[in-house]
Amino acid sequence: MKLLIPEKPVGIIGYGAYIPRYRIPASEISRIWHGDSDGMPIKEKSVPGLDEDTITMSIEAARNAINRAQIDPKELRAVWIGSESHPYAVKPSGTVVAEAIGASESISAADFEFACKAGTEAVIAGMGFVGSGMGDYVLAVGMDTAQGRPGDVLEYTAAAGGAAVIIGPASNALAVIDAAYSFVTDTPDFWRRQTQKYPEHGQRFTGEPAYFHHLESSIETFFAETGTAAKDYRFAVFHQPNAKFPQKLGKEFGFTKEQFQTGLLSPMIGNTYSGAVLLGLSAILDIAEPGDKIFAAAFGSGAGSDTFSFTVTDQIRLRRSLAPSTQAYINRRTEIDYAVYARHRGKYVMN
Amino acid sequence: MEAPRHWRLKKQRYSLTGEVCPHCSAKIFPPRDVCPECGQEAKTAFQFSGKGEVFSYTTINDAPSGYQEQAPYAVALVKLNEGPIVTAQLTDLGAEPVRIGMPVEMVTRRIKDDGNERGVILYGYKFRPVIAGPR
Ligand SMILES: [Zn+2]
Repeated sequence: MKLLIPEKPVGIIGYGAYIPRYRIPASEISRIWHGDSDGMPIKEKSVPGLDEDTITMSIEAARNAINRAQIDPKELRAVWIGSESHPYAVKPSGTVVAEAIGASESISAADFEFACKAGTEAVIAGMGFVGSGMGDYVLAVGMDTAQGRPGDVLEYTAAAGGAAVIIGPASNALAVIDAAYSFVTDTPDFWRRQTQKYPEHGQRFTGEPAYFHHLESSIETFFAETGTAAKDYRFAVFHQPNAKFPQKLGKEFGFTKEQFQTGLLSPMIGNTYSGAVLLGLSAILDIAEPGDKIFAAAFGSGAGSDTFSFTVTDQIRLRRSLAPSTQAYINRRTEIDYAVYARHRGKYVMN
Repeated sequence: MEAPRHWRLKKQRYSLTGEVCPHCSAKIFPPRDVCPECGQEAKTAFQFSGKGEVFSYTTINDAPSGYQEQAPYAVALVKLNEGPIVTAQLTDLGAEPVRIGMPVEMVTRRIKDDGNERGVILYGYKFRPVIAGPR
């Protein structure tokens, strides 16, 4: 058996989104770099404020998740933050987040890194932690303030945002986690060396050998082992580095637009890296009904894919209104030009 | 604000944790262990909701050392729903003008960075316009 299923059933007790308020249109980035104005990968992307980073954004998403979970933060036994943009190279994001949300000191706190699937990696670890009985509740966050080199193709999409989930016993869940699966290989598609500000990408590896190969392998295995297919799910969310890849992938497996459009946020906010799949899941949970099945497939460069199936419970109706919806954050929008964006992203050298 | 002093005060700075008076129920921020209303001892921790409104404000253009990166920014006296008035930066205003009585909510943000990207980053509370839309 290749599936990851804990001994004790687990689920999502609470979830919370966060997206910063600033947006830069792809056309504005193209204006500066004289890019091709046709065929933009997305419409616009989210940009963090001057006082925001992965820690502050994780704190807000975590507070939203706790409000929906209706638990005392002292009941958390682990606080894990998945990101490729932790503010410190050495010093955990998890301890600051834990302190700010009022978690106890008797917890495990750690930072996860696996490019864009660091957040779902923390979810899988949380399933094991809760499923083995080591603790009742785990906070897992996927959050990023991604950067692309000025003028690089990634600059059009590298965005900021993410979501937090609290994993706990299935009996108290708003969505039960039916099963998960993880597939990885050593693939040099995208990386950033220590102390480097911007990532590098191996052009030949980015599409087929990385994103599509890993997601296809992981989804095929997950469907075979669970005996399910696209038609068994009401909603699906895939990693979304742009608008095109996830739609192509979804169609390959027979998913329809009705199934994947709710979780497809990249056209409006860009690629939120570790945040992308959990944020899409948050948008789905905002409208899902009890009994709905949700399929989620994350991708992280380097490379690997995590797949999940969820079943929504009647708890969703009571809890989703206890924090701002994902759409409320998308609607909170202030457009900025390239000069302001360059200041927000530290692209001016001051000393 | 030096790092050691900030570290001692981080509970109140990260999450607006104050005190409640066991004698007269007054909510106290910042925590000072003595009730400003009735003068008796008050050491019970109290988590503020973070909701309040702008009581007064000013815009800082010439920011002190360590804060220049975020200038210009607004500093407000925020009257918390529970009673106390706190001084804090406003953030995420976008194009919205600040006004007296504007409903705001607490967020935890970067307060100060040493600017050379080597030092410790200080986090603390600020206030922003309440997020509109469905809850
Ligand atoms: Zn008193």
